[in-house]
Amino acid sequence: MTILETGTVAAGSLLTVANLAVEEVAAILAATDRLERMAAPERAKILAGRRIALLFYESSTRTRTSFELAAKSLGAMTTLVSDKSSSIEKGESLKDTGLTLRALGAECIVLRHANSGAPYLLAKSTGLPVLNAGDGMHEHPSQALLDLRTMLTRLPGMSGRLINGKTLGGVTVVITGDILHSRVARSNAMLLPRLGARVVLCGPKELLPEDALGLGGADSSGAVEIERDFDKALKQTASNGTMVVMMLRIQRERLAGLELDLGDYISRYQLDEERLMARAPEALVMHPGPMIRGLEISGEVADGPNSAIEDQVRNGLAVRMALLVRALGAGGFESVTV
Amino acid sequence: MSDILILNGRLVDPASGVDAERDLLLRHGRVAAVEMPGELRAVKGKETIDAKGMIVAPGLVDVHVHLREPGQTYKESIKTGTAAAAAGGFTSVVAMPNTLPVNDTVEKLEWMLDAARGAVVKLFAMPAATFGSLGEEITDFHELARVGAVGFTDDGKPVLVDRVMRGALVAAAGIGVPVSQHAEDTRLTGGCSMNAGPVAFRLGLRGMTVEAESKIVERDIRLLRDIEQHDGLRPHLHVQHVSTAKAMEAIRQAKRAGLHVTCEVAPHHFTLTDEAVGDYDTNAKMNPPLRNDADRLAMIAGLMDGTVDCIATDHAPHALFEKEQEFERAPNGITGLETALGLALRVLHKGNGMSISRVIELMSAQPAGIVSLDGRGTLSVGSFADVVVFDPAAEWSFEAAKSRSKSRNTPFDGAPMLGRVAATISEGRVVFKA
Repeated sequence: MTILETGTVAAGSLLTVANLAVEEVAAILAATDRLERMAAPERAKILAGRRIALLFYESSTRTRTSFELAAKSLGAMTTLVSDKSSSIEKGESLKDTGLTLRALGAECIVLRHANSGAPYLLAKSTGLPVLNAGDGMHEHPSQALLDLRTMLTRLPGMSGRLINGKTLGGVTVVITGDILHSRVARSNAMLLPRLGARVVLCGPKELLPEDALGLGGADSSGAVEIERDFDKALKQTASNGTMVVMMLRIQRERLAGLELDLGDYISRYQLDEERLMARAPEALVMHPGPMIRGLEISGEVADGPNSAIEDQVRNGLAVRMALLVRALGAGGFESVTV
Repeated sequence: MSDILILNGRLVDPASGVDAERDLLLRHGRVAAVEMPGELRAVKGKETIDAKGMIVAPGLVDVHVHLREPGQTYKESIKTGTAAAAAGGFTSVVAMPNTLPVNDTVEKLEWMLDAARGAVVKLFAMPAATFGSLGEEITDFHELARVGAVGFTDDGKPVLVDRVMRGALVAAAGIGVPVSQHAEDTRLTGGCSMNAGPVAFRLGLRGMTVEAESKIVERDIRLLRDIEQHDGLRPHLHVQHVSTAKAMEAIRQAKRAGLHVTCEVAPHHFTLTDEAVGDYDTNAKMNPPLRNDADRLAMIAGLMDGTVDCIATDHAPHALFEKEQEFERAPNGITGLETALGLALRVLHKGNGMSISRVIELMSAQPAGIVSLDGRGTLSVGSFADVVVFDPAAEWSFEAAKSRSKSRNTPFDGAPMLGRVAATISEGRVVFKA
């Protein structure tokens, strides 16, 4: 008897983008649009009285607040359980914590966890819809969806486009930085190529091993590329194409054992105004946060006209509303596959 | 103890060079007669096993099992673990010392081997090479060998300090037993929970590199050479559960150079790859981890060309609640005693053309030789009446729920097997019958 056989993942869960069909992505983004257009009082009826547990084993400001505000704006009751000041601290297992939340009436669990794959365990052991709010070095699927929406709203000529395998045709997305430890990079690298984007991963080999090419999957439909030289990567925009530069934080807390000269890193990989203007002056600049200004990105670029960083945060709230509605099978969501 | 007649079977005893129809008489716990079909029918009043269509072979020998007793009997006990062994066709198993407490003294070893523990098949043990398996001070090899130690190992905790490993090899050489090493440079594998590679990257898990294994194997081989040259001794290094092509090649070269190196491969390492981790299936988490397909094929190549000396299960039972954890937190290991023969016949015999006789040799005579189990691993007259009778053509699926082990942690639940054990006889006693 294995865990895989005893548990099934509830419809409406979002554990990974790897098996999220493009049609599902389209449905989620369409629901995001609908919810955003709705008047607040009407929106607050959609999940009125429903119970959502936010289970955060890792500190987080933006993702936690984003999910919490999304749930509340839909009228749901939320409860926050964090690893501090809870039975988790006393050594209770993830499975038992999940079963307790289920017994208390939680209908959906949003999970942030330091261990890759933890959402699978929670989903299989509770049978509840689980939204992965970031697991270890694995994935951050809602971030990839909000990043996609940000591109669709900010890149020229995108509004009104149908969501399919060609939507991001001509768009080059350069993801730069600590790819090794980044769940955001993994989710984006797995999702964006399937919508037609060219994804170029960039960083030194310590933070971007060749194994990352495997993110493209067994077939070549989702292929990703590696370019070590950031300046070269920035010049890779196809003719008539557009460029997105997604910068990632150096996760110093995960760097144990890796020798990285930060001064050297900054000179080679920091996105500053000079580099941006010289190589890709039209590029849309994104960052999932938290940012370390002066390390991977300069303050001027972060606050500059190319920056979509605040849009990302705004889109996060809207996309997460759609994901919660989908998880709870409310609001006329037709498609609830996982 | 009554006599047992095994009639009409195909006797496969690689140690005696026999692969033909023979009848067998077991008496007083020993093989009393091996005769041409029909010649033993005059013997009367005996228990008779009709082995028509079956293979009759020496009981299988596993040089690497974890029986969890003392200390963790909620996972397994000597009684249940050896019952699982019997169900898998094994008649001799060698218990690893990573019990609680660690088996590192004569008293603990004697307690473990005491008949009161209820072992169903013959139990042997390798005590720890160092006290507490801490890798610092070697245990009393002489005294431990006197009461039955068949080798020494710190098992999951490799002996990292050169000086200590050298001392262990020298001490063991003086007694004529192997030092069995789990080859993992743990300085390179902190926080790692599976094989390094594209699968680990995609899953966001830290990966163990092949070098973490090969570096220790290469270091140990250097020590062997050094001891042979400077101490005039011929130490025996046994490399546990080899999983990488790189370590396999190092062992191949060492054997060519005439050093006394033996090694084992576990069935999961010649059957599965790291893709089996799937969606963080902790039943595919073990150490060494499942590797990529090139490594898997290198294990098969090593088995085919004789570099690999034996198949060992690394039977490592864990309770369900322990495996029902986040992948990185779950313990390493899978059960293996009941699936080893079925996988070996499926993958090596059917899949790669290895003769059944050779499969049996890798699972009986050769492992028995590594730990010098006199009179075992063969069915020649006078040897112990350790026998496995199995149907080599039976195709079946393993059902973990029916396991004799206390634990169910296997990636092979529902997996196809070839060759089904019909009966297992340990020193003349029928200890398993299907």
